[in-house]
Amino acid sequence: MGNKNRILITGNEACGEGAIQAGCRFYAGYPITPQNELTAYMSRRMDEVGGVFIQAESELAAISMVFGASVAGKKAMTSSSSPGISLKQEGISYLAGCELPAVIVNIMRGGPGLGNIAPGQSDYFQATKGGGHGDYHSVVLAPASCQEMLEFTRIAFDIADKYRNTVIILGDGVLGQMMEPVEVTGSRYQAAAREKPWALTGCKGRKPNIIKSLLLKEGELEEFNRKLQKKFSLIAKNETRFEKYKTEDADIVLIAYGTSSRISRACVNQLRKDRVKAGFFRPISLWPFPYRDLKSLDKGKTKFLVVEMSAGQMIEDVRLAVQDDKRVHFYGRTGGGIPSEEEIIEKVAGIK
Amino acid sequence: MARIKIDKDKCKGCMLCVSACPNGLIAKAKNLNRRGIHCVEFSASSKKNKKGCTGCSMCAVICPEVCIEVYK
Amino acid sequence: MEKVVFKRPNSMREVSTHYCAGCGHGIIHRLICEIIDEFGIREKIIAVAPVGCAVIAYDYWNFDVTEAAHGRTPAVATGIKRVLPENIVFTYQGDGDLAAIGTAEIIHAANRGENITVIFVNNGVYGMTGGQMAPTTVIGQRTATTKKGRQIKRDGFPIKISEMIALLEGAKFVERTSIHTPKEILKTKKAIKKAFEIQIKNEGFSMVEILAMCPTYWGLEPVEACKRIEEEVVKAYPLGVLKR
Repeated sequence: MGNKNRILITGNEACGEGAIQAGCRFYAGYPITPQNELTAYMSRRMDEVGGVFIQAESELAAISMVFGASVAGKKAMTSSSSPGISLKQEGISYLAGCELPAVIVNIMRGGPGLGNIAPGQSDYFQATKGGGHGDYHSVVLAPASCQEMLEFTRIAFDIADKYRNTVIILGDGVLGQMMEPVEVTGSRYQAAAREKPWALTGCKGRKPNIIKSLLLKEGELEEFNRKLQKKFSLIAKNETRFEKYKTEDADIVLIAYGTSSRISRACVNQLRKDRVKAGFFRPISLWPFPYRDLKSLDKGKTKFLVVEMSAGQMIEDVRLAVQDDKRVHFYGRTGGGIPSEEEIIEKVAGIK
Repeated sequence: MARIKIDKDKCKGCMLCVSACPNGLIAKAKNLNRRGIHCVEFSASSKKNKKGCTGCSMCAVICPEVCIEVYK
Repeated sequence: MEKVVFKRPNSMREVSTHYCAGCGHGIIHRLICEIIDEFGIREKIIAVAPVGCAVIAYDYWNFDVTEAAHGRTPAVATGIKRVLPENIVFTYQGDGDLAAIGTAEIIHAANRGENITVIFVNNGVYGMTGGQMAPTTVIGQRTATTKKGRQIKRDGFPIKISEMIALLEGAKFVERTSIHTPKEILKTKKAIKKAFEIQIKNEGFSMVEILAMCPTYWGLEPVEACKRIEEEVVKAYPLGVLKR
């Protein structure tokens, strides 16, 4: 396959490298499996590139440190896994309330509670419906390979700065800890540089900047929320991403993201060999969710099978898109269980 | 002779300056300020002792509303 | 020829505050602004306001300010200072923000020796929310949540957070002062100045705890509130340098 500067690297480390290439120079983390490789990688790489690495006293201190670096105008990131991400929800809501860019990486694991360290996708609601308080959204990107762990992290920083918004990379334990050859074209990737006149850098030569989310005056918070909602619809228009595979003549379309999408794609190939017209739709941006693009696959009688490593969360968005629950089916495994090809194919066979 | 200027409308009538003034030159005003409270007023000298204001600024130092300017 | 010997510092906006009559915050805000003027660093300052009565401090300060989630002030300040080491970063925190919900953040910021300055206002209650017990409420003190006075059995002891911080090697300077008399206020100013000096010389973590009056939720006239600090609060929170 030719060298093309490819290295064998875990998804966690690829994600870290993507951040470095995007110009991220502040990372605060805390140990939690299955994302530890990312924290360790940043502890080494940040020193190499003259950035700041802090192992914080907790995940919620880490997100607040990211708030500090971001309010000072720097590209900042934190990462964790499910329980740790729950601790960061307040911080994410504050970032949204101040319209501060930041990238948060969740390498999901089995839940709820301490759960286990196997992969999971049961934080979908938390990520896409906003796990913290208030009307806000983080853009949520779901990689399905080590290459995408690198590339989507780069994209995440661009989206974060472009819209002054939080962006979540939603991976899982499989994507984080497996190794794949990754094309590291670091030198050619040029991160977009954006002026940040709003940042707190000391009021030399300008009026002081105040960045806060407490808006007490009559109607002030509602006005801010109106502005936020306008931003979210702009993001939905510009940043919705998905992948279609053999859906043109499909009678049944498998819908999955991340690790579940890799398995579903393999099923479609197998089903096609068994002369079943199966197709596959992968949402890449889980927020903004590709409702219209999913709906466009519906030819009236098309059947849909949603595959998740959860008790069924993305299925609710699929139902919203298809608007005909009878034709939307679900297969999921919880608590760290991973759906196998055989189980999915057996499920397809059972769908009339 | 030193003196002070009190921003009567910013004064909230906490009276901290009254006890801080070593020469007792500040007292509760009889009239109300814009906030509807008894602010304080300064008199160049008081019965307590003839010495007037020395510009020591103790009143201004303890004023929580930065209402007092001191001139010497 | 008459000249002005005392006036509002340039770093402090020309506005009236929302604080109650006799509240200590206004005095401390002014002391900080006086020192910022004296060091001529207004244009390098980035402040982090807490959640509490002083959350609206940015309406009174004429420099860059942000606002942290309750208790996370030292973590936000850490993030700012680490990426902008040339700027002067200080946090302004109440006793609830620093010694209750933010205990881990203040301890670890000090332990990492973050080169920031912490102004810690200890008035013994949660003012903004109606005068509840704070970690620094003294035994027997009546508050909205200790109607019969703070009891050791139920509410534990007033926490000596500054003494705890002083034990950390990362903490370079820790002092506790008060503002209940002009003399003590001038000593507080000296302490704050010392703290900022330490940050300007890049020598590490500095913190000043300041005993302040909360007349409204102590249920006292401002003048009596000052007396209470003299007679009661100072016993539980002795003044002096804890770490130099």
